[in-house]
Amino acid sequence: MKNEWPLWEIFIRGQHGMSHRHVGSLHAPDAEMAIKNARDVYTRRNEGVSIWVVEANNIAASSPSDKGPMYEPSESKVYRHPTFFDIPDEVGAM
Amino acid sequence: MTRDEAFHQFLLRMGDNTLILGHRVSEWCGLAPVLEEDIALANTALDLIGQTQMWLGLAGEIDGGKSADDLAFLRDAWDFRNVLLVEVPNGDFGRTLMRQFLFDAWHSIMLGRLIKSSDNRVAAIAAKASKEVAYHLERSGDTVVGLGDGTEESHARMQEALDYLWPYVGEMFASDDVDAEMVKAGIAPNPADLRAEYDALVGRVLTEATLTIPESRFAHKGGRDGRMHTEHLGHLLTQMQWLQRAYPGATW
Repeated sequence: MKNEWPLWEIFIRGQHGMSHRHVGSLHAPDAEMAIKNARDVYTRRNEGVSIWVVEANNIAASSPSDKGPMYEPSESKVYRHPTFFDIPDEVGAM
Repeated sequence: MTRDEAFHQFLLRMGDNTLILGHRVSEWCGLAPVLEEDIALANTALDLIGQTQMWLGLAGEIDGGKSADDLAFLRDAWDFRNVLLVEVPNGDFGRTLMRQFLFDAWHSIMLGRLIKSSDNRVAAIAAKASKEVAYHLERSGDTVVGLGDGTEESHARMQEALDYLWPYVGEMFASDDVDAEMVKAGIAPNPADLRAEYDALVGRVLTEATLTIPESRFAHKGGRDGRMHTEHLGHLLTQMQWLQRAYPGATW
């Protein structure tokens, strides 16, 4: 029998309007307890208004060995950055 | 008994419950079975100590300007007014969580009534504490179900915990002159009136946990009126109060 609880990745939204951010991981027997544990481990200092939990083995990740072909081609394509526009202050966080 | 005396006793009962249970739960700090539970228990303990500051702060205020610290650290066992349930030793993790659940259920119902207290200060403390306690109850209830309806061993341990703790439940619903005075003033409910709601809530969770509530209604008493605490309280105070006793007036 496996005695170890599964690992969960925890995402917390700091305030309304912002996106959820990965803050760390923890162990829990199920999703409900993972949310409770996340509340106790990661929001003790008033960090969040919303929690997402994902079981770590459900996350598909890119491989570090593919780094070259995956990311290097975009290093030299400065024209893809929207830095040529003036963004009005009223727009707020983008 | 004057109204102020009764009010003072009532506040000590609320504050001593949270103080002693808070201390008991804090004994798990660094020792819980997994990191996540360790932090969760520490959070619960801190919530309870925070509530203690409010209850005992108010008790000290109407008792000639004593501080919550004076009341926590400079009284002896016979002055404490907590129910016996919260002073019994932690036992294993299962018993600690069972005790937490049995207390949280009472606590949440009690605070729900106190929110409507005729005394604004009591209502304000209850409003703040009830949000914390709603979470305590959700967590302890879920854990009781998880362990009760878990493995053969966890089920047996939870049933053992329930059998051990059940005789301490009745004291939370005892009523005396203090309670009668509080009811008359509209400050607090008659504890006996909370029992039906408690039995329904606790019965629902324990059924889901596949646990059997003992039939006996026998209740250990003597904590909330200070007549006779268990021998465990003195040991707890020895540890909790030693610094103030050894170095009177020491501050951080």
